[in-house]
Amino acid sequence: MYPPAFEYQAPDTLEGALAALAELGDEGRVLAGGQSLIPMMKLRLAAPSHLVDINRISELSYVRRENGSLCIGALARHNDVVGSADAKASGVVSSAAPWISDPLVRNRGTVCGSVAHCDPEGDWNSVMLAARASVVAQSSSGSRTIGIDDFIVSFFTNSLEPGEMVTAVCVPIPSGASGGAYMKLERKIGDYATVGVATQLELASDGTIAQAGIGLTAVNYQNTRASAAEDLLRGETPSDELFAEAGAAAAAASDPQTDVRGDAEWKRNVVAVYTRRGLAQALASATS
Amino acid sequence: MQTTTHHQPTTSPEIGGVGHSIPRVEDARFVQGAGNYLDDVNLPGMLHMAILRSPVAHANLVSIDSSAAMELDGVLAVVTGELMAAHNLAWMPTLSGDTQAVLATDKVRYQGQEVACVIATDRYIAEDALRLIDVEYEELEPITNPQRSLEADAPLIRTDKEDVTDNVSFTWEAGDQAATDAAFARASKVVSLETHYPRSHPSPLETCGIVADVNPATGQATIYMTSQAPHAHRTLFALVAGLPEQNIRIISPDIGGGFGNKVPIYPGYVVATAASLLIGLPVKWVESRTENLISTGFGRDYYMTGSLALDDDGRILGLRTDLLADQGAFYSDAQPTKFRAGLFHIVTGSYDFAAAHVTAKGAFTNKAPGGVAYRCSFRVTEASYLIERLIQNAAYEIGMDPAEFRRINFIQPDQFPYTSPTGFIYDSGDYETAMQKAMDMVGYDELRAEQAAAREEGRLVGIGMASFTEVVGAGPAHTYDIAGLKMFDSAELRVHPTGKAILKLGVKTQGQGHETTFAQIVAEELGIPATDIAVMHGDTDNTPYGLGTYASRSTPVGGGATAMVARKLRDKARKIAAHLLEASPEDLEWEPGKFSVAGSPDASVTIQDIAFAAYTNHPEDEEAGLEGVHYYNPPNMTYPFGTYIVVVDLDSDTGVWTVRRMVAVDDCGVRINPMIVDGQIHGGLTEGFAKANMQWITFDDDGNCIGSNFMDYLVPTAWETPRFELGETVTPSPHHPIGAKGVGESATVGSPAAFVNAVIDAVAHLGVRNIDMPVLPDRVWKAIQNA
Repeated sequence: MYPPAFEYQAPDTLEGALAALAELGDEGRVLAGGQSLIPMMKLRLAAPSHLVDINRISELSYVRRENGSLCIGALARHNDVVGSADAKASGVVSSAAPWISDPLVRNRGTVCGSVAHCDPEGDWNSVMLAARASVVAQSSSGSRTIGIDDFIVSFFTNSLEPGEMVTAVCVPIPSGASGGAYMKLERKIGDYATVGVATQLELASDGTIAQAGIGLTAVNYQNTRASAAEDLLRGETPSDELFAEAGAAAAAASDPQTDVRGDAEWKRNVVAVYTRRGLAQALASATS
Repeated sequence: MQTTTHHQPTTSPEIGGVGHSIPRVEDARFVQGAGNYLDDVNLPGMLHMAILRSPVAHANLVSIDSSAAMELDGVLAVVTGELMAAHNLAWMPTLSGDTQAVLATDKVRYQGQEVACVIATDRYIAEDALRLIDVEYEELEPITNPQRSLEADAPLIRTDKEDVTDNVSFTWEAGDQAATDAAFARASKVVSLETHYPRSHPSPLETCGIVADVNPATGQATIYMTSQAPHAHRTLFALVAGLPEQNIRIISPDIGGGFGNKVPIYPGYVVATAASLLIGLPVKWVESRTENLISTGFGRDYYMTGSLALDDDGRILGLRTDLLADQGAFYSDAQPTKFRAGLFHIVTGSYDFAAAHVTAKGAFTNKAPGGVAYRCSFRVTEASYLIERLIQNAAYEIGMDPAEFRRINFIQPDQFPYTSPTGFIYDSGDYETAMQKAMDMVGYDELRAEQAAAREEGRLVGIGMASFTEVVGAGPAHTYDIAGLKMFDSAELRVHPTGKAILKLGVKTQGQGHETTFAQIVAEELGIPATDIAVMHGDTDNTPYGLGTYASRSTPVGGGATAMVARKLRDKARKIAAHLLEASPEDLEWEPGKFSVAGSPDASVTIQDIAFAAYTNHPEDEEAGLEGVHYYNPPNMTYPFGTYIVVVDLDSDTGVWTVRRMVAVDDCGVRINPMIVDGQIHGGLTEGFAKANMQWITFDDDGNCIGSNFMDYLVPTAWETPRFELGETVTPSPHHPIGAKGVGESATVGSPAAFVNAVIDAVAHLGVRNIDMPVLPDRVWKAIQNA
C-alpha cells in the first residue's frame, strides 16, 4: 500500500476526537475500521490529509438497548452485532449482520462507518431504512439526531457537517410481534451485494401488518426505501399474494444498472423475488 | 498398460519412496513465515521502481514531461521509451516470435501498458513521482473484441510493423480438411456449438517482481526474479540485453504461485535491470495487485465453434472446429514454436474417430498481451472444454444419456498407443473404467431418477460430466521448444559420504511440492530416505539447465531426469558394492537401499555404506564420488485423463445455481505423493469452479479493464468452493521411467466443462444448449426466460 503522505492522530477520548475534527474541518477524516477508507487510500481514490483514529475511544464500542432502541456505537464491529443477544431485538439488523462482507472485514469494520460511508452497494443503510433508524451525530458544539432518510443524501454522500462524526446509530425496538430478514445476492463471500433487500414487519394484535420496512441495496444511486411497497403492506393481512404485490412494487422502486454483476432486468426481477421471500421469512419469524 | 485402482508403494515408509504421502518438507518454513520470497530480498543501497501505466487503451503518445517528477527529493531517474530506445531496449521479443514494447515510444495499445518508470530511494516517493509525470495522449478508437479487430475499417493496432496491414496475429490449422468434409458429408446428424472461453488471469497470490543487482565493477548481474523458468530466462536476458551469459545469475526464490503467469519476461524486469546497469545500484520492482491483473499474462479468451458429425448409431464420424483468439496488443502466447494455437488440436479428446479439422486465427486487440498456459498445457483447457460441451449437446440431440454416448465413442484400452486424427500419440488410457468409477461414486442412475422427479415438482437439478484427456510433459525435443530452446529437462544428484544427498533440478517449484516429491523419486530409486535428500532449484548458478515448470511438465520431464540420474548412480553403486563385497557386479541383487550377493543375503551393503566408500575406499578403476547429471528428453508426451461429475441445484426464479456434489476421478498414472496429488486436484477444481461460476476479466467499450483488483476479479474462498470427492484409477505411462503422467493441471482443464454441463443439464429440457462462462445467474435466468 503506497498512499500519499498523511498526518495521523489517535485521541483517547471522544472530546479529543471532536476537538481535532473541529480544528481540521474538511481536511479531517475519521478512521474507525478502515475497511473502505484504507482500500480507497491504497488505490489513491481518497487522499485525506489528516486521519483521526477513534479506535482508542473504547466508550464507543457497544451494542446495547437504551430507551426502547437498539443502539450501536461508533466502534462496534460488524461481528459485535453478529454475536450480540441485544441485537436480536431487531430482526432485520440481526439477520443482516452475518451477511456483511467476510469474517475478516466483520472483525474490523464498523456498522457506523458503513452507515456514514453511504455506499449504495453497502448493506447497512438498507437495513437502517427498513428498521427506521436514527443516526447520532456529534461535534464539539453538541449532538443531534438525524433520521436515516435524511442522513443518506446521495452516492457516497451523507448529511454530516464538517467537524461532525457519527457516534451511534439507533433503531427503534418494535413493541408488537416483529420479524425481519436481509436477503443478499452476492457473487462470493466478501463481495458487495449484486442485489440486497432488507425487510422488517411489525404485526398488530389482530395479525395485520402495523408497520413494514423495505430497503434496497445496489439497485439505485443510493440505498432506497421502497415506500410504495411499504404503503401497500401497512394495515393489510399478510398473504403470499400481498407479498408478491409488494415485491413487484419494490422492483418498480429500483433502477438498477447493467454491469459486470448482471443485467438490469434480471436485477429488478431479483428485487421482486427477494422482497417476496424476505417478507415471508420476516412473517415466519414474527409469528414463531 | 494395466489399469489398477491404486499404486502400492514398493519402499518402506522410512524410505518414503513413490506412493507415500509424506508431509511436504517446504511447508515448515512457509507456515512459519520463514520463506524467502522476492519481496523479502533487500540489498544494501537498493533503489525502488514504480511504473507509470497508460490510463487509455489506444492512443498516440504525443509527449512525456517528467521534469516535475525529477525535481522530487529522492527521485534518481525517470526512464522513458526514448531512453530505452537509445539503448536499443524499447522493444523485446515475445515467446511467440512477436515483439512487445518495453516502454511505449509511438503509441499505447492497452490500458495498463508501461509508459515510464521512476527510480527512487523508496517506493512511496516513486509512487508520488508517477503522479507528477505529464503525458499527453491523442486517443484512437479502442478495439475491445477480435470480431471488430478483423473488420476492414478497424484501425491498425500494430503500426510498429512495416509490412503489416491488418490486425491478424496468426492463422493456423491442423488435421485433415478433406477427410473431415467427407465425414460430414455422410453424417446423419451434425451438432454444433458456439461458445466463448472468457479471458481469465492466473492471479498468483504473490505478484511478479525483480531485484536487479548489476555490479558496475565486475559486470556481474545477479537477478532475483519471480520466474517459473530461470534458465530459459537467463538465456533470453543474454540475447535481449546483450549481457554475457556467464555474467548473469538468475535466482528465483520461493514463489507464491505461478500458474503460467511467471513464464513470460515482463517490461518491468527489463527496465529494472537496465536501470541497475546504468545507475550501479540494485533496483527492486514488485507489482501491485492491479498491475499484475491488468498487464501480465492472461489465459484463454478463445471464441470457439465446433461441430460433430454423427452416424445413425450415435457414433462420432468427425469434428470440425474454428477458433478466433483475442490476443491483446502483442502476440506473446507462451507456447512451443511450431504450434500457433498451442496444443488446441488435442480437441478430439477421449473419443475415437478418424477425421478432424481445426482452423484458428488470432486477432490483435487493445488489451494486455498474454495467452499464457494458465494452469494448462498450452490451450488444452479450451480444447477440452469445447469437446466435452459438444459431447453433452450431441447426446441430447440424439436422445441418448451423455454417459452412454461417451461410452460408445471412447477410445478403448486395447487401442493404445492411439494416434489421434490430429497427430497426437496417446500413451495409455482406460476411459470407461474411470467414468464408471465416478458414476458409481456419485450414484448416477439414482440422480437421473431424482432429476426426473424434481422436474415434475418444478425443481431444477442438473448432472454434468466431463471425461477429459490432457496432453502434458513437453518435450520430446524433436517437436517442442520454447523460443528455440528444446524442452528437455535435467537433474543433478550428489550423494555425500554420510549417505545424504543433494538433488539439483532444472525445473522450479512455485508451490507444487518439488522439494518433497523429487526427493521421493530418488528415495524410490536409491533407497536413501526422502528426508535425507535436499532438493535445490531456481538458482541458475548451481542447478543444471532446464526449461522450467509449467504445462504439467515437471514430473513427466524433470521427474524422468531425476529417476534416470538416480539409476546412473545406482549402476555405479553396484560396482562399488561389488568391490566392497568382493563379488561380481552381476551377482548382486538390489532391494531399496541395499545390494546383497545372490544366494547370500547376509553379504550385503547399504547405499549409505556405498556412499561412504565412494569417497574413502572406491575401486581403483572407478572415479571417486557418487554423483551425476542427466538430461532427459522424453520419448513422448503423457496423457492424463479422468471423469468429473457435478450435480447442481438451480433456483429458476433467480438463476442462482449451487453445487451439491462434485466427484473427480483422476488417472495421472503412478502417484508419487498421493497427498500432494490430491492437493493439486483440489486447487485445480477450485480454479475450474471459479471460471465456471464467477471469474473473468472483461473490458468496457473504452477498453477499461474490469477486473483490476480482487473486488472485481473474483477468487473463490473456502466458503463458496464446493466439497470435492476424489477417486483414482492408475494407468501408468508406458514410457515414463516411473510411470507418472503429471497432474498439476488436469483439474483446471477438465472441470469447467463439468460445471457448465451440469447447469445446462438442469435446463436442457427447456431447449437451452449454451450459456457462456462465467455462468452468472443473470445469464441462466435469461436463458430460461428466452427458452
